[in-house]
Amino acid sequence: MFRTSLRSSLRIVRPSAPAALAASRLVAARRFLSDDARAQIQKAVTASPMVLFMKGTPDYPECGFSRAVIQILGLHGVPADKLKTYNVLEDPELRSGIKEFSEWPTIPQLYVKGEFIGGCDILLGMHQSGELEDLLEKNEIIPKVEESSEAPAS
Amino acid sequence: MFLKSLHLTFRTYSAMANSGPVESSIRSKLTSLLRPTSLVISNDSWKHRHHAAMRAQNGGSGETHFSVEVVSSEFEGKTTIQRHRMIHTTLSDELTQGLHSLSLKARTPAEVQPTSPEPQ
Repeated sequence: MFRTSLRSSLRIVRPSAPAALAASRLVAARRFLSDDARAQIQKAVTASPMVLFMKGTPDYPECGFSRAVIQILGLHGVPADKLKTYNVLEDPELRSGIKEFSEWPTIPQLYVKGEFIGGCDILLGMHQSGELEDLLEKNEIIPKVEESSEAPAS
Repeated sequence: MFLKSLHLTFRTYSAMANSGPVESSIRSKLTSLLRPTSLVISNDSWKHRHHAAMRAQNGGSGETHFSVEVVSSEFEGKTTIQRHRMIHTTLSDELTQGLHSLSLKARTPAEVQPTSPEPQ
């Protein structure tokens, strides 16, 4: 998106110097994720059992896909203290850095115990198949549902 | 030869009339990568014209948000993430040049039509 604006500002000379400057910085960040930036992101993805990079905040999502992920996590009763969210709209470097880190081109991105799980489509699929619940339980993000259907107590 | 080029022109023209260059490019790249048994591409860009990121580029090109439903045997034995990554890699040029959002449903023919018939 920023690259597009850079391109158009190069082709048609528009008075949008700050945008072009920001864009060139982003392009650089995109191509050369420094060791320092990578280390910072590594730290961020492990800052909490569950980490979500999104647009906006859980209370005010600024993108339908981010909103959908928050809703899915809400359905599973993920407690706030187990989930840390980063608003990539507030941090252009994080926004491009996280894409390079995960080699995944879109936001939102969910991490569990530092491992990249997926974006909105993947989470929705996992939610529908029951995989997400298993994952959350296995990682002790939500408590296991006690089921006594297999061996009813006598 | 003349007929062939006329045909080609017509095809190009009709493709352009129905879909933009990004959509055409998504279609041709996914077709050659996946040889899909089904490929449905919908352009959802109009739904997102007013969101912040699109406002920043004057509403976008009209080809910023797509949903793709693709069925291909190339996905067999691959996780969802691996399937999505195949598609992302193929469309990396589009994704860095204005394609802002790509919603994917990538299934194998077997996943579309479960093989075990359900007893009635």
